Amino acid sequence: MFSANTEKDREEMLKAIGVSSIRDLLKQVPGKYLYPAFDLPETSLDEQQTARRMKALAARNTAPLSFLGAGAYERYIPAAVKALISRGEYLTAYTPYQAEASQGILQTIYEYQSSVCALYAMDCANASMYDGASAFGEAVRAAVRITGKKKILCQETLNPQYLQTLKTYFADSAEYQFVTVPHKDGLVDPEKLSALLSGDTACVAFQTPNFFGLPEDAPGISEMAHKAGALVVTAADPASLGLFAPPGEYSADFAVGEGQSLGLPLSYGGPYLGIFSCKKEYVRQMPGRIAGMTRDKDGKRGFVLTLQAREQHIRRDKAASNICSNEALCALSATIYLALLGPEGLKELALANARAAAFAAGKLSAVKGAALKFKAPFFNEFVLEVGDAARLRERILAKDHIDIGLPLKDLYPALGQGALLVCATETKTEEDILRLEKALRENI
Amino acid sequence: MNDISRSDNRLSMEKSDPGRRGIRFKNTLKAKENVPAGLARKTAPKLPELSEFDVVRHYTKLSKINFSVDTHFYPLGSCTMKYNPRVNEEAAALDGFAGLHPLAHDNAAQGTLEMLYDLEKRLCALTGMDAFTLQPAAGAHSEFTGLLIAKAYFAKKGQDERTEIICPDSAHGTNPATAAMLGFNAINIKSGPDGRVNPDDLKAHLGNKTAVLMLTVPNTLGLFESRIEEIVEMAHKAGALIYMDGANFNALIGLVKPGELGVDIMHINAHKTFSTPHGGGGPGAGGIGVKKHLEEFLPVPRIKKESGTYKTDFSCPDSIGKVKAFFGNVGVLARAYAYLLMHSKKELGGIAENAILNANYMKSRLQEVYPSYSKDHCMHECVLTPPSELTAKGLKTLDIAKRLLDYGFHAPTIYFPLIVHEAIMIEPTETESKETMDAFITAMLEIKREGAADPQLLKDAPHTMPVKRLDEVQAARQPNLRW
Repeated sequence: MFSANTEKDREEMLKAIGVSSIRDLLKQVPGKYLYPAFDLPETSLDEQQTARRMKALAARNTAPLSFLGAGAYERYIPAAVKALISRGEYLTAYTPYQAEASQGILQTIYEYQSSVCALYAMDCANASMYDGASAFGEAVRAAVRITGKKKILCQETLNPQYLQTLKTYFADSAEYQFVTVPHKDGLVDPEKLSALLSGDTACVAFQTPNFFGLPEDAPGISEMAHKAGALVVTAADPASLGLFAPPGEYSADFAVGEGQSLGLPLSYGGPYLGIFSCKKEYVRQMPGRIAGMTRDKDGKRGFVLTLQAREQHIRRDKAASNICSNEALCALSATIYLALLGPEGLKELALANARAAAFAAGKLSAVKGAALKFKAPFFNEFVLEVGDAARLRERILAKDHIDIGLPLKDLYPALGQGALLVCATETKTEEDILRLEKALRENI
Repeated sequence: MNDISRSDNRLSMEKSDPGRRGIRFKNTLKAKENVPAGLARKTAPKLPELSEFDVVRHYTKLSKINFSVDTHFYPLGSCTMKYNPRVNEEAAALDGFAGLHPLAHDNAAQGTLEMLYDLEKRLCALTGMDAFTLQPAAGAHSEFTGLLIAKAYFAKKGQDERTEIICPDSAHGTNPATAAMLGFNAINIKSGPDGRVNPDDLKAHLGNKTAVLMLTVPNTLGLFESRIEEIVEMAHKAGALIYMDGANFNALIGLVKPGELGVDIMHINAHKTFSTPHGGGGPGAGGIGVKKHLEEFLPVPRIKKESGTYKTDFSCPDSIGKVKAFFGNVGVLARAYAYLLMHSKKELGGIAENAILNANYMKSRLQEVYPSYSKDHCMHECVLTPPSELTAKGLKTLDIAKRLLDYGFHAPTIYFPLIVHEAIMIEPTETESKETMDAFITAMLEIKREGAADPQLLKDAPHTMPVKRLDEVQAARQPNLRW
């Protein structure tokens, strides 16, 4: 379909090869396996029909007004981000193996690493991982490798998707011990944490703001962990870092995050961006690609992929990770997004989120039959108590075309059937929130 | 490094001018944020301060010092750098797809679920596998998923003693790396003199400790395992599973169903075979196909169809769980789906046929000067080596690769597979024209003449790129990884 070969080209090429048909080139394939029957369409669509079919499918997603968060956030994506990452020079390049012909991509990776370090206040960052959850899994793996210990403390309020992915990343042995640190009023219970920390703890791995939207006392947790000789692995939403302390300010050893917040569409879960950063003493434990600055033979500044001795294509079964393709174009989106925002824009973004959520929480908790579940401050999402959250969600979705948020009963049975995780980002207007308020008032 | 920092190719951070603004977020809501004093950020991040125009010009300029498929022939072996159709981009960017939250209610996500369901079904038909998951984010992530499935399968059968994964020495590095990540021992077997698996050597390594035989078909030399039937039978007899690394599926699409070869688990790479763009190193999208006996172990959620409605199903007790948050790289999968819609079954076979024809054409035109590792016809790629006239003068594959850049061609994959000394691995794909391939062949022949006459010209290459050859040793010894 997209082959350029004409019948004449094919004949000339076959002649140059010295065979009479393509079939002659396939003699190494046992004949019985060639050209089997395929249960696939006899006809194809042309471009216009394909576009029409895709549009029809996209239209079957009903696009309600949505207050879902829980690890993926509806964001405004600046037009310049979309325009720049659509350039074929970026879109259709591959991993910059030939550095001299890939200086554009390599410099953007270096700028990405620099931006991540600035945002998270960390020493070094890699070129990206698949998503926040897999970055979290890889960071905990690094912490286990470094300490040689096998006990991993995770907060109870860690995003369940992260916890499940984390456990999958430790399927290599049954020796790892995952210990849950219970929450008290929605936050890590410091007394329980203190009791669970011991000399054999590899790391405390936690997320802030946590799954319930509440920023943890990260400096306090970090101090306790380090005192016990454990490393600290933090997952932080980059959008929260315009207001809240970055992991480097409380000496986290590894800091990761879901970069979807930085200019990427929701797209039902991907492609997203796994942000991965660490202290400089652990740089050789970082998985994945890393770009570095160097010079050419004339002394001119240039960029290359570096520290490749950690990687699978060199070390094979001794590599730090198996990762090969990462999320380079998503990292570029994040780099451009952060360059557009700058420090001031980042602060405005965080404020817009915090205020939208505060406004929503104020309005919604005033609805009869609804109340805030936790008293602690929150960033851009919060747990609301609404009676029967799952039923309410279905009803309002069908009637008012609003997705009110994520019912938590299946994930946290102890919270009961009323718990609903509601998120309001910078995309939510006063009118949107009042629509939600009205729907709740009419349906609770 | 200070003297380097003064050169003219400045970073976005070095162009920063305090007070300049790109995008703003004006807040109109009457509410107060609540940031406890001890948790507030103390120091603002040192991000660039630029106008929107500064940003657009900076990144547009950088894009101009970069090779890509759109601008240059990119014959990277095993990477399948084919043309990326633009209608795919439009499709994936549709608001209905791009705006869908991963935790959306199934009722609000019918379009995406239908697409994914149909994509799984078509991939099953194309590969001869019984069930597919589309959750892995890339090829290596697929391998991780596939070997987890194998691990869960043997655990359920009570065969935990199967701890070995056999990989040929021509395998991608991700194969042994993935095996090790999951606690398996990677067992390397030597390729035979023809570059294929040597069944006798395989037999010596197979046993009741073998969990999986990982095969890349065709292999990284561009050769089909002609004795596949014997190999598969031998491995199955030993109680092992066969995993097929589908990185090279572009050679088989529409021609051969791996399921019929006896493969138990295989992966596909949307960014190779199914034309989705590589984005400078990702995002890709993977997918794992399995036979019936392994379906219960696939990651959750699965997509089910019940009386015309699509549902996400999390109730799979033997599932390996999750390999990443949410679903897979759905934005990439939408592109792959659009690509499949544009091909009938016959046209799918045409992809592989033209890819194989192009690779053999390149090989036949080049091999007299650049000796081919294998004398056989190749599938979708071929592995060549430098002419002895050049190696005699101390020239290496790297020098040839760098000189190709001056001719406006991205270099092939070099020094891989590891079993070929000074390997030059060429994969033209089906979308390059004969005209482009002829120009590449002419450049390769010219480089041989240049190198024989003036080796220094190649050693100093490239001459026309934005930078000359870069010092990778310094980069690794004194890492400068951030501004």
